[in-house]
Amino acid sequence: MTSPALLLMLGAAGVPLLHGRLRSVLMLLLPVAGLVMLWLLPEGPGVTFALFGLELTPVRIDALSRLFATGFLLAALLTSIYALHLRDPLQQALIPLYAGTAIGGALAGDLVTLFVCWELAGLSSAFLIWAGRTERSYRAGMRYLVAQLISGLLMLAGIALRVQAGEGIEFGYLGLNGPGDALILLAVGIKCAFPLLHAWLTDTYPEATVVGAVALSPFTTKLAVYVLARSFPGTDLLIWVGAAMTVFPIFYAVIENDLRRVLAYSMINQLGFMVAGVGVGGALGVNGASAHAVADMVFKSLLFMAMGAVLLRTGTTKGSELGGLYKSMPQTAALCMVGAASISAFPLFSAFATKSMIMEAVGQEQLTVVWLLLLFASAGVFHHAGIKIPYFAFFAHDRGHRVAEAPLNMRVAMTLAALICVGIGVAPNLLYELLPHPVDYVPYTTAHVINQLQLLLLASMAFTLLVRTGLYPPELRSVNLDADVVYRRVLPHTWHALSRAVPRLRRTLGPPLRHRGANLWSATTRPLRPEAKLATPWPTHLMVWWAVFLLGTVLLLALL
Amino acid sequence: MTGQLPVLQVAVPLLCAPLCVLLRSRFVAWLLFLAASLTSLTCAVWLAERVDRTGALRYAMGDWQAPYGIEFVVNGFNTPVLLLVSLSAVVAAVYSRRSVAAELDDRRVPLLYACLCLALAGLLGLSITGDVFNAFVFLEISSLSTYTMIAMGRRRQALLASFRYLVIGTIGATFLLIGIGLAYAVTGTLNMADLAQRLTGSHDNRALQAAVVFVFVGLAVKMAVFPLHAWLPAAYGEAPSAVSTFVAATGTKVAIYVFCRFAFTVFGASLVFGAMPVDRIGLLLACLGILAGSAAACFQDDLRYVLAWSSVAQVGYIVAGVSLATTAGVSGAYLHMIMHSVTKAALFAIAGVLLLRLGSVRLADLAGLGRRMPWTFAAFVVAGLGLVGVPPTAGFASKWALVTALVERDQWPVLVAMLAGSLLALVYVGRVIEVAWFREPPDGADPLRPPASMVAAIWFLVLLSLYFGIDASLPAHLADAAAAALLGKGGG
Repeated sequence: MTSPALLLMLGAAGVPLLHGRLRSVLMLLLPVAGLVMLWLLPEGPGVTFALFGLELTPVRIDALSRLFATGFLLAALLTSIYALHLRDPLQQALIPLYAGTAIGGALAGDLVTLFVCWELAGLSSAFLIWAGRTERSYRAGMRYLVAQLISGLLMLAGIALRVQAGEGIEFGYLGLNGPGDALILLAVGIKCAFPLLHAWLTDTYPEATVVGAVALSPFTTKLAVYVLARSFPGTDLLIWVGAAMTVFPIFYAVIENDLRRVLAYSMINQLGFMVAGVGVGGALGVNGASAHAVADMVFKSLLFMAMGAVLLRTGTTKGSELGGLYKSMPQTAALCMVGAASISAFPLFSAFATKSMIMEAVGQEQLTVVWLLLLFASAGVFHHAGIKIPYFAFFAHDRGHRVAEAPLNMRVAMTLAALICVGIGVAPNLLYELLPHPVDYVPYTTAHVINQLQLLLLASMAFTLLVRTGLYPPELRSVNLDADVVYRRVLPHTWHALSRAVPRLRRTLGPPLRHRGANLWSATTRPLRPEAKLATPWPTHLMVWWAVFLLGTVLLLALL
Repeated sequence: MTGQLPVLQVAVPLLCAPLCVLLRSRFVAWLLFLAASLTSLTCAVWLAERVDRTGALRYAMGDWQAPYGIEFVVNGFNTPVLLLVSLSAVVAAVYSRRSVAAELDDRRVPLLYACLCLALAGLLGLSITGDVFNAFVFLEISSLSTYTMIAMGRRRQALLASFRYLVIGTIGATFLLIGIGLAYAVTGTLNMADLAQRLTGSHDNRALQAAVVFVFVGLAVKMAVFPLHAWLPAAYGEAPSAVSTFVAATGTKVAIYVFCRFAFTVFGASLVFGAMPVDRIGLLLACLGILAGSAAACFQDDLRYVLAWSSVAQVGYIVAGVSLATTAGVSGAYLHMIMHSVTKAALFAIAGVLLLRLGSVRLADLAGLGRRMPWTFAAFVVAGLGLVGVPPTAGFASKWALVTALVERDQWPVLVAMLAGSLLALVYVGRVIEVAWFREPPDGADPLRPPASMVAAIWFLVLLSLYFGIDASLPAHLADAAAAALLGKGGG
């Protein structure tokens, strides 16, 4: 069975066995070989085989799956390069394994294979958080894993319902037609960080290791986007969900101090664009969502890589403790700014060519409110990801960090990522040709470029004004309330309060209640006890009385 | 010779009774009872096989043809009862040798065997006869001998129990006789088939309806239908072990059979269950009996009383099946009759062994019994689970049949009562198991060895119940044939 996913997953087993240069070679070889294999495979469903009476199709190649698999393989390659300096076989083996599960999900031709990859992705990536090997990362990893497993369970339940309804396990367009589909959408919604289901993402990604955060960013959420694009295109609900996802993280991102958490919020914001694009559906919407997903894999990796390099060198990513790093890490700063420009959709950078397709699709559907929300979100992105991240990390007040430049492999990975960003921005047709539907869209029109520049200019002006006038929220060490507070604070507190209250209640109410209960019990069971009325040998007259009574009653009933 | 089988079935035990008294030897009396019961069993098997092959058998007593003479009828509806009674007698005979010797005065032993023979003859005659007055006579024979046997119990309470049973039992028999008299007044015949023929179409006759009520209530006393059950716990709890083993397996079951015979083949189901509300009353009393009997069993502190109260509940199950008046219901009732006989006989036999070895069957005295008599107690657990209805014991098959019959007629309240009764059965069986297995035995208690003949009788019944639980085809076949004979052809 030829599958790039299997290649990566099996190859991952070899990583811990090799050492030094050989291990590096294997890590780089795996994604490259996967890419070659992917592009050599013919289109259409591959080999099928039956398992437990279900027809499984582990590999199905078409334009959509090939696009996402290519993106995953590219991200795997970049992440592997970025991880070369590590002396930790666990994390290094996890990268191809985790990437392999995501690729397997993208290539899956049936829901059961998808479910298996879905669960494996959740499980393998949890180790990327645990790789921090601290109490904090252990707990964060557990929270992460619980969210992933709940998602997996929901998907399994949904698949089971579909099979029971006789709808089979084919992984194609599902739509929102029955309870099974709703459960699957909910499962995808967790991994795709729908509002209120998103807390696991912003809660746990920043707790991952330097490499872990980079490895986490491209796969799980984009696999969820892929499932949406394949199974739920044109679902109206998703337009509004996506719009909400683009808007609400902006406020959190502005006040958040931890720059990696800012990136996590910005990721939800970018996912929102993709979800909205899928929700609009049609050729342009799905094309836009897929293209933006691939572009996002690269530029979000780039930003996480830059922040990872900062974390590696300074030991923190808190905005309040960083600043002036451009002096000691000029190359990282420059590459980070490429990423920032890409996510902000500067002309000549990748998001300009991809996000605009989604905006165009929304515009064509005459969804003015959504379009305005997305526009606002675009400005917000530029603000928190395009300006805030580079500004507070590399410029702003010099906090006196004098550190070395990032390791060579990191810079190589970042450079490659930056090149891809610019490449997509400069020659978008390279990406457009891979899209699932034929593209009839030209990003570089005068109106579009000018519009975008105006937006960016005004956004940067607003930022400058706010900072100059001191109105900008200062970078403070703070904890911002988000939906994760429900399970991190409210539920534990309620539980503790209950567990304190229950013994108190038991002390005050327990004895009287128990007394009453015992009385009631003995009162109701008294007639049944051997010495009581019913069970004691009845006196003869009582027996006879009952016989006569029964005779009379039955006679009465019968003769009436 | 084989033509005389129906009368031999009854006559042999009847003749053995005076012989037991006259010969005055314990061993000979036992041998006579064993021989009588074995003969009856042989006859019953033979008759059942013939009926299965060729259909109903009729035997005219003294060659006086029915409806003038007394007639014995063997058909699908009474072959299971004949088999059950004679098989229980054989098991009781094997069991009784050591048990009776230990529990009774030497002088009284032959008398007990004489009474056992009489009871056997009475029950068999009651089952086989095709004449209503003859049925009353056999009922009296079996009842009077049973009162006597109960009075032979070890404790003084046995006398009181026997006296109370005597009074209420006589009243019940009198009701039956009044019912028979009314039917005779209406039709002028005592032959069951003839009665059935003459009664068709006279549903509005008040005297006839009164006859049905008298027969129903009179037999309800004998069936121990709640609330006319009050004689049963003390009677079963105080009788000698061999007697309670035999009577618990047969007494109420034969009364239920007689009720079925009267209701379906004499008065007719359309009168009893259609024009009159006997079906609804029966279901109501069955539910009450199941709940009250099971609940009371949970609180008893004497093992034999626990079993006796459980019998009250089990009668409720059977009555519920009969009251449905459907083929499935009657078949389920017959099946439960068979299964419960085997199970309850085994349990009373075990109680007798414990009584013999421990001197008491109060629950408190059973502590640690699981370690002292592991095999006997294992038998108790298997039979007890049969009472609860856990698969693959006998109780499961029959309860399942009853449940399907109830579901078929949408009798959900009865179904709930039945399930609640099964849960309560789990409680009262569980109580005994808890005491015997999880409590420490008293200090210095040695393992006890029960007599081999009693163990053989117990394990025969337990294994039979397990076999019926796993492969219920034989009892199910008998029960289906019985239901078909009762409901299908009318007068038999």
